[in-house]
Amino acid sequence: MNKISIIIIPIIVLGIVMYGYKKKLNIYDAFLTGAKEGLVSAFNIFPTLIAMVFAINIFLKSNFIGFILGFLKPVFKFLSIPLDILPMAILRPISGSSTLVIMNNLFENFGPDSFVGRLASIIQGCTDTTFYVMTLYFGSLKILKTRYAIKVGLFADLCGIVAAFIIANLFF
Amino acid sequence: MINIIWGVMIVIGIIYGLISGNIEAINNEIIVSGKKGLDMILEMLPILVIWMGLMKIAEESGLLKKIANLFYPVLSKLFPSIPKGNKALGYIASNIAVNMMGLGSAATPFGLKAMDEMQKINQKKDTATDAMITFLVLNTSGVTLIPTTVISLRMLSGSAHPTEIILPAILATFCASVGGLSLDYLIRRRHK
Repeated sequence: MNKISIIIIPIIVLGIVMYGYKKKLNIYDAFLTGAKEGLVSAFNIFPTLIAMVFAINIFLKSNFIGFILGFLKPVFKFLSIPLDILPMAILRPISGSSTLVIMNNLFENFGPDSFVGRLASIIQGCTDTTFYVMTLYFGSLKILKTRYAIKVGLFADLCGIVAAFIIANLFF
Repeated sequence: MINIIWGVMIVIGIIYGLISGNIEAINNEIIVSGKKGLDMILEMLPILVIWMGLMKIAEESGLLKKIANLFYPVLSKLFPSIPKGNKALGYIASNIAVNMMGLGSAATPFGLKAMDEMQKINQKKDTATDAMITFLVLNTSGVTLIPTTVISLRMLSGSAHPTEIILPAILATFCASVGGLSLDYLIRRRHK
């Protein structure tokens, strides 16, 4: 599996360049034009990204999440969901880097092949960081009115996390 | 919505920090968070420049259009508002394909170009279109077939079967995508 993912990118690059040659395109010129657009994109994303990192990190550092977790514990106990997975499930849509850290801690404490370890792996693998994706893509276009995008994105995350728990129970 | 969430996170963070005596950590965070954002963009910048360069070749050589036409039957169902032959479809297809292989960072430039093209046919430039939202829902719900980061971390932690989570993760991803797309579809229908 790993070997495949190592050769995919070089093959894509080779394919793009060869096809450009075949169509007798000035590929160097085209590359430079695109590269400049890449620079502009990064420039456009920058303020939005800083704004989001700023707010999210203040929120995370206040440990308000820990406060909320206290209320959710009985619910999780009732549903017989392991409590250790709770921070991960809540933070997944907000911050990808912090859930990676949490997943790694779970691996250290319970082992990657424990039920919690597997569940954490599935949750990490099944959804992306909604806030990051929305910030990045809408920010690059300076779109401020996002309508129902975040609502639907969070709902998808919820579906993924619930499904992860059910599927982990069926598989392991 | 982002407007509200952004403010709420800061207000709750600082007020709760004051109450819980955690204000020192927040003070530090305010000072260093700009640097964290800068690091993120610096990490992304070279990838964006290289891939957008390569994609320009794919676009001008017509390769992108070929990819778009190949996936048109599926994409036209998901994105009815994008006309056939629009470049956005090619970028969307490429973004999904690269994402599926777990190459998230290489997929981002394709996604940004897809959004660019969708913005060109957007009537209200400050407002998200239906197609954009569908695309982002598809993106946030993962569509990853091989979660490469998770597998490598499992391997490093000494898992006996680091890849055993692939199939469960694919199934969970599928549920997330179906859930998200269904709600997206329902909302879109109600708005009409």
